Amino acid sequence: MTALLSASGVHAGYGHVEAVRGVSLDVPAGGVVTVIGPNGAGKTTLLAALMGLLPATGHVTYDGADLADLDVEDRVAAGLCLVPEKRELFAEMSVADNLLLGAYAHRRDRAGIARGLDDVYARFPRLAERRAQRAGTLSGGERQMLALGRALMSRPRLLMLDEPSLGLAPLIVREIFHIIAGLCETGVAILLVEQNARAALQSATYGYVLEGGEIALHGPASDLLHDPRVSATYLGGDAH
Amino acid sequence: MRPIAILGAVVVAFLPLVAGTYGTTLLNYVGMSALVALGLVLLTGVGGLTSFGQAAVVGLGAYATAWLSAQGYSPWLGLLLALALTGGITALLGAATLRLGGHLLPLSTIAWGLALFFLFGNLEMLGQHNGMADIPPVRILGFALLSPAACFYLIWLLLGACLLLCANLLDSRQGRAIRSLRGGTAMAESLGIDTFRVRLVVFVIAGLLAGLSGWLLAHVQRFISPTAFDVSQGIEYLFMAMLGGAGHIMGAVLGAAVVTFARDALQDLLPHVMANSGPVEIIVFSALFILVVQFARGGLIPAVSRLLPARKPAPIADAPPLKRRPPPAPGTPILSVRDAEKRFGGLLAVNRVGFDLAAGEILGLIGPNGAGKSTMFNLITGALPPTGGRITFLGEDITGARARRIAALGMARTFQHVRLRPTMTALENVMLGTHLRTHAGTLRGALRLDRAEEAMARAEALRQLDRVGLAEDAHLQAGNLALGRQRVLEVARALAADPVLIVLDEPAAGLRKLEKDALAALLRQLRAEGMTILLVEHDMDFVMGLVDRIVVMDFGTRLAEGPPAAIRADPAVQEAYLGGVA
Amino acid sequence: MTTELALLLAQDGVATGAIYVLVALGIVLLFLVTRIIFVPFGDLVAYASLSLAALQAGQLPGTIWLVAVLAVLAAVFEAAGLLRAGRLNRLPRALALWLVLPLLPAALALGLAGRDIGDAAQVLLTLALILPIGPLLYRIAFRPIADAPVLVLLIVSVVLHFAISGVALLCFGPDGARPRPLTNAVVDVAGMIFPGQALLILAASLIAGVALYVFFTRSLTGRALRATALNRVGARLVGIRPGVAGVVAFLAAGLLAGLSGILIGPVTTLFYDSGFVLGLKAFVGAIIGGLVSWPGAVLGALFVGQLESFTAFYNSAFKEVVVFAVLVPVLILRSLASPAEDDEEAEEL
Repeated sequence: MTALLSASGVHAGYGHVEAVRGVSLDVPAGGVVTVIGPNGAGKTTLLAALMGLLPATGHVTYDGADLADLDVEDRVAAGLCLVPEKRELFAEMSVADNLLLGAYAHRRDRAGIARGLDDVYARFPRLAERRAQRAGTLSGGERQMLALGRALMSRPRLLMLDEPSLGLAPLIVREIFHIIAGLCETGVAILLVEQNARAALQSATYGYVLEGGEIALHGPASDLLHDPRVSATYLGGDAH
Repeated sequence: MRPIAILGAVVVAFLPLVAGTYGTTLLNYVGMSALVALGLVLLTGVGGLTSFGQAAVVGLGAYATAWLSAQGYSPWLGLLLALALTGGITALLGAATLRLGGHLLPLSTIAWGLALFFLFGNLEMLGQHNGMADIPPVRILGFALLSPAACFYLIWLLLGACLLLCANLLDSRQGRAIRSLRGGTAMAESLGIDTFRVRLVVFVIAGLLAGLSGWLLAHVQRFISPTAFDVSQGIEYLFMAMLGGAGHIMGAVLGAAVVTFARDALQDLLPHVMANSGPVEIIVFSALFILVVQFARGGLIPAVSRLLPARKPAPIADAPPLKRRPPPAPGTPILSVRDAEKRFGGLLAVNRVGFDLAAGEILGLIGPNGAGKSTMFNLITGALPPTGGRITFLGEDITGARARRIAALGMARTFQHVRLRPTMTALENVMLGTHLRTHAGTLRGALRLDRAEEAMARAEALRQLDRVGLAEDAHLQAGNLALGRQRVLEVARALAADPVLIVLDEPAAGLRKLEKDALAALLRQLRAEGMTILLVEHDMDFVMGLVDRIVVMDFGTRLAEGPPAAIRADPAVQEAYLGGVA
Repeated sequence: MTTELALLLAQDGVATGAIYVLVALGIVLLFLVTRIIFVPFGDLVAYASLSLAALQAGQLPGTIWLVAVLAVLAAVFEAAGLLRAGRLNRLPRALALWLVLPLLPAALALGLAGRDIGDAAQVLLTLALILPIGPLLYRIAFRPIADAPVLVLLIVSVVLHFAISGVALLCFGPDGARPRPLTNAVVDVAGMIFPGQALLILAASLIAGVALYVFFTRSLTGRALRATALNRVGARLVGIRPGVAGVVAFLAAGLLAGLSGILIGPVTTLFYDSGFVLGLKAFVGAIIGGLVSWPGAVLGALFVGQLESFTAFYNSAFKEVVVFAVLVPVLILRSLASPAEDDEEAEEL
């Protein structure tokens, strides 16, 4: 498999603080790759840099083309899609409006939008029930579903998920990861950033462990799952 | 006083001798405008509140004295009326509007500014659109101040006095409170500062300065008309303050001088170039204003002061300590949380959580991201009211109490995203922490009657800086410190409040390994000195080696409680941290 | 007060209120999309009215000079921005959009100067002349500080008003001008006489209100515009460009301002500086209505019309005092209804 997204030597940060220091990673087309690591390791910054929300140095190619010249909006149109940790929903708009706006990049294809909407409602029956409700009044799990649904409306080829299980009850987390697995089957590549290391490594094929803005460890997800250094990263201990 | 200020005063005193009548008249306008701009420096530049209506307040002062003079009373009585009226009306307007957030406050200043302007233009007793003429000059000991030079000394003496008072004020307890207003109120309130009252004070001070300027304007110009008090004039005052450097007292004088002389030069020059010069002047000034906002929001003063030799900070003299709270005996209950609950719409962020904390203990409140730790923290410190349950601190029920009251009882906090005032020095930031332990008011500060207390506060702040290992950074701007030092600086600020309990919100977030170790050592040392500490954190490495006891939260509920070793071995905790789909 | 008199005053108030509705809609439109409280909106209305009057008098409207200066400035800003970003390959497109396109109507006006082109063509030309001003001002004054706090945007907005009303004085002189009404018809409704132009204004304001409401709540583009103000990052993540949204909003607002000027000018003579007070009164109405609600803006502006009409009857000198003074209690009520959140973004000026 060739890499859909390939980053090498990416540096990025806010102001003077460089939160990502020389990260290189590959996401194959149709694959699930996870980046795990404790809080403050630079995971969110890395995704923001890949999406173009933050200025970054280094080399990133997507589908063989250099991303340097593309704005966030161009990347969205090219099928790159980020579900950020803060979700960034339109809180004062209805669930249905949020989903419709997800399809903004394909706004001329009305039939396609209608199909996409049906598809999202079929995948998340909860959202169908709440379609007229304001997004700001949803519970945490529903918000996450809406953020995922909005992302799907943009017909992504590479979906970047930042902490999709954040603050969600175990049952909902299981549901979310179920959906992620289902998405992968439809051919969408996924870059999954998670604190929930086990769940992430169980659904991914390959994993990177980020620590202090650098890749500390990487390998097939099944290997990382049993690597003692991974749990040391989280619970503290002797691995340092 | 700094030598440069004395030198400046001497130079100003000789100016009328060299400036000629016309130049002196211009200088008079500089002085009168600078008074208004000085108020805006305090209000906008220092306090972060914007007023477009300041010209209307000048009008209030001017019309008050003009009207009283027309009844045959002395201008000095007019001064009293002008100050009483501007002070009273700005206090009323402030009380009504200063709680408005964001852009609503400046908009309301446009509204009342226009309302006053139209009032001046329509009241018969104020001469309607023609204004009022034949206003008598000010008399001192029977001598009428008629010539521009005579007026010059009155104006600039008053301006000098006001500059001195304002500079003193900013360097006092109340002045620090004003300087803490910018960038949100949560930090100031957590130190016990009544931010609404402070806003009101600075709003009224700006009003009084504008009123004083209006009084001068009426008696120097000897006539007034409403056009001098419209919103465009208000914008010009704001421009002066911003051009000079809205954060600096002398910015008011510099801005007023540059604008006044530039206008005069334009008025000289433009008629030679084009027939219709009035609007060009406005256009030029507006364009300059926009350029200043876009490219140089700091104004001229920062650029000028870079040319001057840096002021050496005065050494901090030792002083008797501020009064201390009697410390609780080790082991006495400090904080008790029972069934605390917080609901945001459909989201139950904290679900019936309870724990206790005893004197001299470090308790860690941990949990994965989104577990409700920060919400719990906000319930304890009064940043958010709980929707259920009961929180007691030192035997007092503080459920739903305001942050200010909780601070007064002896709880001090730090913030997850460091909240310091970046342009204040480290020392000044820590002195903010002594707010509740000191008492000097606005007037005492302005008149320098607070020096003994200030010396105590300064010495206390230095002691706390020394305690956390930042003594040599005392005179650096807080914004220039590295994040690790800023976090420790917040701890010093909290300590300066002489708290019984300090509550730290993720103090290790974003710190490097060495910085974390230093922070942990500091907290251990504080515990050894008898301090009680509540730590909200999700860096397990940091917590495990430090705390006596841990409460684990997950999904808003209490998952586990116990000593670090037991928590680390707890399968439920491992599950929560590493997760699992099993 | 008799019922008859009250009715008469109310009718007058509706006519005045309808004017404020048009202006208030434009202000709400811009705030919704860009967070900018666009104080110079009233000035654009004055420009439209004075331009139409000039065209009708066979003169060249001074508006073209404003457009020319702004277009050159915008082109310079664009070029400087592209130069800094090292993307000079985009320069031709930028110049076409920011220099050539805005100048087309001005060139047309210059070419047609002195010729009688008929009423309808004059109205269209006026609209075309006004249209580029909003986007150009946005590009020059606001785009460089798009992330600034609302407060800074407001200061720039107020200052901008003084600049462009100063330009208006240069372009049109101190005298007001009254363009010919679009209709001289008089309509008799149940014994009450309505001038046709007033009805036209009322109809236009209601149609504009409904159209904007429908556009913003029903169409995807409308929702996308709104989304940029609600959540800038969220909007970018679904592919909406906030900068383009701003330009679209300013184009729509320019259209509304042009329309307002053409309709209002024949009813009340507008001077070069009439826009400020006109805009601020509409603004009072928009704030009464909540600043983000279309029906609210319409009702608020109509309320201001009534307030003005009735206070003018009791004491015409104080109608402005009352209209502006009423904003203070309204704001207090609003802030009580929804207390401000603690805004920790550093409000550095």
